Amino acid sequence: MSKAYLSIQQVDKTFTRGSASTNVLKSISLDVDKGEYISIIGHSGCGKSTLLNIVAGLTDATTGVVFLEGEVVDQPGPDRAVVFQNHSLLPWLTVYENVALAVDKVFRKTRSKAERHEWTMRNLELVHMGHAKDKRPAEISGGMKQRVGIARALAMEPKVLLLDEPFGALDALTRAHLQDQVMQIHQTLGNTVLMITHDVDEAVLLSDRIVMLTNGPSARIGEVLDVPLARPRRRLDLVTDPTYLRCRSAVLKFLYERNRFVEAA
Amino acid sequence: MSKTALKTTEAAPVAAGAGRAAVVAFPLPRPTLAETLAPKLRSVATAVVPPAIVLGLMLLVWEMLCSSPGASLPPPSQVVTDTWELIANPFYDAGGIDKGLGWHLLASLQRVALGYAFAVVFGVGLGVLVGQSQWAMRGLDPIFQVLRTVPPLAWLPLSLAAFRDGQPSAIFVIFITSVWPIIINTAVGIRNIPDDYRNVARVLRLNGFEYFHRIMIPAAAPYIFTGLRIGIGLSWLAIVAAEMLIGGVGIGFFIWDAWNSSMMSDIILALVYVGITGFLLDRIVALIANSITRGTAKS
Repeated sequence: MSKAYLSIQQVDKTFTRGSASTNVLKSISLDVDKGEYISIIGHSGCGKSTLLNIVAGLTDATTGVVFLEGEVVDQPGPDRAVVFQNHSLLPWLTVYENVALAVDKVFRKTRSKAERHEWTMRNLELVHMGHAKDKRPAEISGGMKQRVGIARALAMEPKVLLLDEPFGALDALTRAHLQDQVMQIHQTLGNTVLMITHDVDEAVLLSDRIVMLTNGPSARIGEVLDVPLARPRRRLDLVTDPTYLRCRSAVLKFLYERNRFVEAA
Repeated sequence: MSKTALKTTEAAPVAAGAGRAAVVAFPLPRPTLAETLAPKLRSVATAVVPPAIVLGLMLLVWEMLCSSPGASLPPPSQVVTDTWELIANPFYDAGGIDKGLGWHLLASLQRVALGYAFAVVFGVGLGVLVGQSQWAMRGLDPIFQVLRTVPPLAWLPLSLAAFRDGQPSAIFVIFITSVWPIIINTAVGIRNIPDDYRNVARVLRLNGFEYFHRIMIPAAAPYIFTGLRIGIGLSWLAIVAAEMLIGGVGIGFFIWDAWNSSMMSDIILALVYVGITGFLLDRIVALIANSITRGTAKS
């Protein structure tokens, strides 16, 4: 057993339908330290989301184990809160109720009603959504929904925050704005984050390490890149930063030279 | 294309100049009562005037068609004079089945309420079971698909034989008529709950009961209420037919009784009442649906 905070060990995933079986992930091993921000990048269909779902416990690995603080992950739980790609807010609940559902479930026994209310509001304020607490998801924009999704995940006080292409469905300006906010939250709270993305700039800007997956089927970890940029990072300063450019081109080379997207795959 | 572009460039400076000149602060005059009421009245008028015109035309055509001495059906004016006693006293009670239309309608509504209530409880319950469990669906769905095509009245002889009484038989017919759409729509709604919501529930580790009332029912509510609306419509259709056969107090039997006494005007009046009641029942269920799903049915 590894001493790492979050440890993914020799994870294989094979989907079987009838007699046909597809090997999606092949011996994935990764150690993540507490407080680290890790991005997993790869072409679509390479199994990034499957890997995240295995860590979340939503999907079972065919072989291999995931340890979190030395304990085996075998089911989903609030210690590994997920921010889903399409926000997954419950449309019949208000913004406040969506977050409160998580807070009430996780802290029912440990915190008083007033404390839970206060905590719900604190998390909404953290993503600057306190003003919209009584709105329903249908009444707010895509970026706002995703912010509420992040607030809901943060409110569970997860050991690991799992982000599944959290900004994928947003326009470029909103995405940049949200990336800055997530960076700021990571800076303040020191969460351990595992983020799936297909955006090279996003990966370099946010991550401490970038895990690059080879093309599926049987995707492996092709390369792990350290991003030795000091925090706090500022988007505008980085545009000309040589380290940033080096990291960026390393990821691009991996994705577009050595692992070009195969149309048939 | 180029023409319109030219036009806008010409028009722009003029508009800008006019805008600059117009910037003068006027205190906003408080809207008078007439001003606030006018838009509301207008929206009411747009909703009421067209159907009123059509209704008026229909009554006019009917009046003209049936005014000749040999006409087999009474014209509307005749209907109103014939049935004025019934219209004016909906709640008289002369003993036996000689009661006002209000009592007949209430008796029918009571049967519908009972049968429909059973249908809602069983329908939603069975629908949840069929929607949740693959095995229940495989076993029950084919049977439901066959049974739901049986016409409501075909159940009546069987239920009369089983219950040996008109009242429970009518309630059973209502139940069996309205239960199928409720079951089927509930099951479809449950089966269509997006995986995202299930995943949220799994990450939060909601237990069975929490999942049922926090996720499953609200997520399936739009479907369930579609089933409930179809169900209430069908039960109102079935009650009139069932009451014609079982007799006693009820709007269906009132129609049958009027037919036996050749009182065409009474029948026409009863049909109007049946139609309006059915319409109101449907609107009530729709309103409940809207307030419970909070309009998410649309999004």
